[in-house]
Amino acid sequence: MKVELRHIRKRFGQVQANDNVSLTVEAGSIHGLLGENGAGKSTLVKILSGFIARDAGQIRLNDQPVVIQTPADAIRAGVGMLHQDPLDFPPLSVLDNFMAGRPGGIWLDRAQARQTLQRLSEQFDFDLNPYTPVRHLTVGERQQLELLRLLSLGIQILILDEPTTGISAAQKTALFAALKHLAVQGKAIIFVSHKLADIAELCDEVTVMRHGQVVGDLPMPCADRQLVKLMFGRELATPAKPPTRRPEVALQLTDVRIATDRLAIKLGNLTVYQGEVMGLAGLEGSGQQFLLLLCAGLLPAASGTVTLHGVDMTAKPYTDYLQAGVGYSPTDRLHDGLIPGLTIQDHMALRAPSHRWFVDWQTMRAKAQHAIALFNIRGQPDSRVEQLSGGNQQRTQLALLPVPLNLLLMEHPTRGLDIESALWVWQQLIARCQGGTTILFMSSDLDEIMQYSDRVLVFSGGQLSAPIPTTELTVDRLGEMIGGRLETDAE
Amino acid sequence: MTRSLYYQTAALLLSLGLIGGIILLAGGSPGQVMTSMGAGAFGTPDRLARVAATLAPLLLCTSGLLFTFTAGIYNLGIEGQMVMGAIATTFVMRLMQDVLPPVIVILLAIGAGAIGGLLWGLLAGVLYVYGRINDIFAGLGLNFVADGLALYLIFGPWKKAGVASMSGTELFDPSLWLPTWGQTDFSPIALLLGITALGLTFMVLRGTYFGLQLRAVGHNLRAASLLGIPATRQLMSAFAICGGLAGLAGALQVLAIFHRLIPSVSSGLGFLGLLVAMLIGTNIWLILPVACFFSLLNVGSLQLPLSLNLESSLAGIIQGTIVLFAILGRGFSQITTKATST
Amino acid sequence: MQFPQIIPILSVAIATSTPLVFACLGETITERSGVINLSAEGTVMLTAMTAFAIAKTTESWGTFPCLLLGFMGAGCVGALIAAIVAFGALTLKQSQVAIGFVLALLCADLSSFLGNAFVRIPGPTVPSLRLPGLQQIPVVGELLFQSDGLVYASFLLILLTWLYFYRSRSGLMLQALGEQPAAAFARGTNVVRMRYLYTMLGGALMGIAGAAFSLDFKAGWSYRHTAGYGWIALAIVIFGGWNPLRVALSCYLFGILQSLASLAQSALPEVPTQALTIAPFVLMILLLVFTSSHWLETLFRYLPEQVGRIATQSISSRPPAALGKGFEQD
Repeated sequence: MKVELRHIRKRFGQVQANDNVSLTVEAGSIHGLLGENGAGKSTLVKILSGFIARDAGQIRLNDQPVVIQTPADAIRAGVGMLHQDPLDFPPLSVLDNFMAGRPGGIWLDRAQARQTLQRLSEQFDFDLNPYTPVRHLTVGERQQLELLRLLSLGIQILILDEPTTGISAAQKTALFAALKHLAVQGKAIIFVSHKLADIAELCDEVTVMRHGQVVGDLPMPCADRQLVKLMFGRELATPAKPPTRRPEVALQLTDVRIATDRLAIKLGNLTVYQGEVMGLAGLEGSGQQFLLLLCAGLLPAASGTVTLHGVDMTAKPYTDYLQAGVGYSPTDRLHDGLIPGLTIQDHMALRAPSHRWFVDWQTMRAKAQHAIALFNIRGQPDSRVEQLSGGNQQRTQLALLPVPLNLLLMEHPTRGLDIESALWVWQQLIARCQGGTTILFMSSDLDEIMQYSDRVLVFSGGQLSAPIPTTELTVDRLGEMIGGRLETDAE
Repeated sequence: MTRSLYYQTAALLLSLGLIGGIILLAGGSPGQVMTSMGAGAFGTPDRLARVAATLAPLLLCTSGLLFTFTAGIYNLGIEGQMVMGAIATTFVMRLMQDVLPPVIVILLAIGAGAIGGLLWGLLAGVLYVYGRINDIFAGLGLNFVADGLALYLIFGPWKKAGVASMSGTELFDPSLWLPTWGQTDFSPIALLLGITALGLTFMVLRGTYFGLQLRAVGHNLRAASLLGIPATRQLMSAFAICGGLAGLAGALQVLAIFHRLIPSVSSGLGFLGLLVAMLIGTNIWLILPVACFFSLLNVGSLQLPLSLNLESSLAGIIQGTIVLFAILGRGFSQITTKATST
Repeated sequence: MQFPQIIPILSVAIATSTPLVFACLGETITERSGVINLSAEGTVMLTAMTAFAIAKTTESWGTFPCLLLGFMGAGCVGALIAAIVAFGALTLKQSQVAIGFVLALLCADLSSFLGNAFVRIPGPTVPSLRLPGLQQIPVVGELLFQSDGLVYASFLLILLTWLYFYRSRSGLMLQALGEQPAAAFARGTNVVRMRYLYTMLGGALMGIAGAAFSLDFKAGWSYRHTAGYGWIALAIVIFGGWNPLRVALSCYLFGILQSLASLAQSALPEVPTQALTIAPFVLMILLLVFTSSHWLETLFRYLPEQVGRIATQSISSRPPAALGKGFEQD
């Protein structure tokens, strides 16, 4: 089915998220929607799927105008959307998730739904057990389930919002195969991404958005440089990482084993040097996060010792780690890192080591002002953190790290940031490394790992590899290792 | 700001209209009710003194609740904390009244009340923090337990010589009553305690690191602990402080008002404190006028059954309706502000 | 001391738990949709008063019509109070806990104020109804089918609620609503409208519970006639793990505790009656506290694995993930 969006407008407060956007997607094609974070891609597809009400504009399917005000309208019109974070019900089983919202009579027909699910799974070669609760599934599997559910509803237009974030290489291959298959069947597919490589691999045509407007429509394939220029309005240079590693040992793990109720993993011995950047690669939940939590003093080791700059830190409380200059920066900024409702200067005061009773607000205000200037945060000392954009929240979080910072542990340092903000973040991090800070970071973005790490640790199937210098590694080899082939072949 | 004021005023007017309707429904006349309540609260110095006597424990409870609210907890256990304070006070007085001089007994009893409430508050904290039990039910559950204990003591071990009754334990000797103003119920010491508690609360929450950390814990517990705040300790402190202040209020109920332990010794002032705290939101300075007004209603309504044959629970209806409409009015002003800004 | 007959005691316990069954299932439905209606204490009290007042006033129209009007009036008042909770929480996006709590106090006071004229006067009550065939079944008949229509209605309600939750299409969506409203919205559900509906349905059932007290199991009206039952209903919903069958069984457990307390009055004359009356509430709450803490789960780890898992599952009580949280459509 052919989709046309005509002159779509949507405003959120001060921000014009979509400004007279028009887009045409032919039946049987895979159409990429490219743009940095905040360019208005998600808003546009959420309007098409009925999730957001538009201020103005028209939606036409097969040259007929249609009314889409709610997701229910969209599904009826044949439009289905896979959201960036799977929208499903974690405690319910795969089958119940598949059935929730399906049309039918008063009673549930589980047997018939199970057959439909099975038939579709076989068709796409997905392996989903109908009785597993969805909370035990990986993001990739949850995505597969949503895809099958949408297809079973008979949708003709499929929207995917950043579908390759957080899924494995194998799941990505399976997803792309399925999408190509669906396009051949005549479905129109809209693929939203900020990753050039994914767009290049999959799409027949691409529309680039910037600041809420369409800045270009190009047939694929085309040169990356051209797309980048459209996305940012100029070409971006990615900095090469200078050598920052020093000979002194910063972190030493000896015979460490971690055991939680979800995973037990033997970390063994590990030596990390001052100024070094160590990237942790692996599928989500393979144990990278546990290593970070262990080094932050937030997860006790089941056995073994942790030494920081020659001091035994095993079984010491979190506050001792903070005093030793260990900083931990979690992924979910508004959930784990910052405190919604409090201002930037409140955060500064919370961080200020003080044995006094009363807060000196004047000093705190000055401190906040200083941090705002230094970290280029768009905000005021009394701005509440939830009012800041994602990039500015990450900057605030960096401003809150302890000084001196000996060891920095980061989960997904640039997740959800646009490329410009991501570059800025890494500039700051590299500057810290030059000052002697050691960084351990986990990321699902293999390019990020390859580009900024000195050495890489790969987590797979409850094991981890020896540290490998990035000079001896390629993205493909890294992908293989994440997929389970940890040992280098002997020959 | 003006918009919010407009909605709050509208909310107040609407709630007054509704209250008038309820009075008519019960066969009363709003005008007569107002006169009667006014006379009930202001009519004689004695009645005005009772207002002050109600105000003191109410201020203590509300101050305590500000700590728990700041830490993001609904401490519905405050009633039980008052009762435990009253029980602890009674216990110490029964034990010491024939042994020590009255002044010392009173001081010890006040201290015991605070400690009793504090421990009961800490218990709610332990259930919430370590037992991971919903704060509302930990508190409500402990209320039942405290009430049960009070009933058991009144009808069991501490029963009045001769026959046990709902009227409570034996009256204490007048030398053990908190000194009052002339022949009235008004105890300057109690009111002083209440106002001091309020002042200290204001200072601690606005100016200290403890107050800031409590706010952080209340908004985002996990992030607060990752920032290095001793979150568990601060949560428990909030429970303990609130319990302690409620226990103090319970002690005052025994020492200054009832002079004995009775079955509902808290007079519902703990829950009334929750209403006050909900009504004022973040405007701490509003506590004093609101608490005064609510105390006036409580005392004024006592005349209703005698003068107009209406139930005295009208005070609770007025208080509840005002708070309900204030919350709804706040909601209206928020959604319309949002609608015009987007 | 003579050993009391166990079947009659259980039979009485089951029958007297009927109002709680209505109230708890109502609250279960409401909470499963993601809304906490904390006003239960006030709702049950005010609806008990309303039902009694209506039935008493219309007594001259005959027993059946006046009772029916009483129940209907109580259901409407319950739904109305729930609608205020829903309006404040869903439309105005204020704290559900705050609104529910204020209403709990407000409605309790209203029942005292407006019910003043009806205190301690005799009024109509639900007549007993023995089901001819069913009451002859050995044990079961005596246990379940020798009371009145309201009790049988509660059995039907338990069955229907369970079927609705786990076997019907809209019941599946009801569970989904309380877990992940955004996902329910994506599947074409009008989240706010459905939450209004389930909140008001729950409130109406709570109203029936109030009427069941004042017209049947605690017939009449007095100052704070049903004190404590609303709070205990909220606790039972948690204790029952938001599962209709377990919630109903928990109601019966409370009924049994109450029967035991009244038995204890004759057996232990030295314990004051007042303390025994409140004892079931205290015990139930302590049970809830004990089971919903994770201490018990820690204890179960020492059991053999199979037994331990079953034990953990049977007491595990996981609230709906979106319970008490608002839903922003954009």
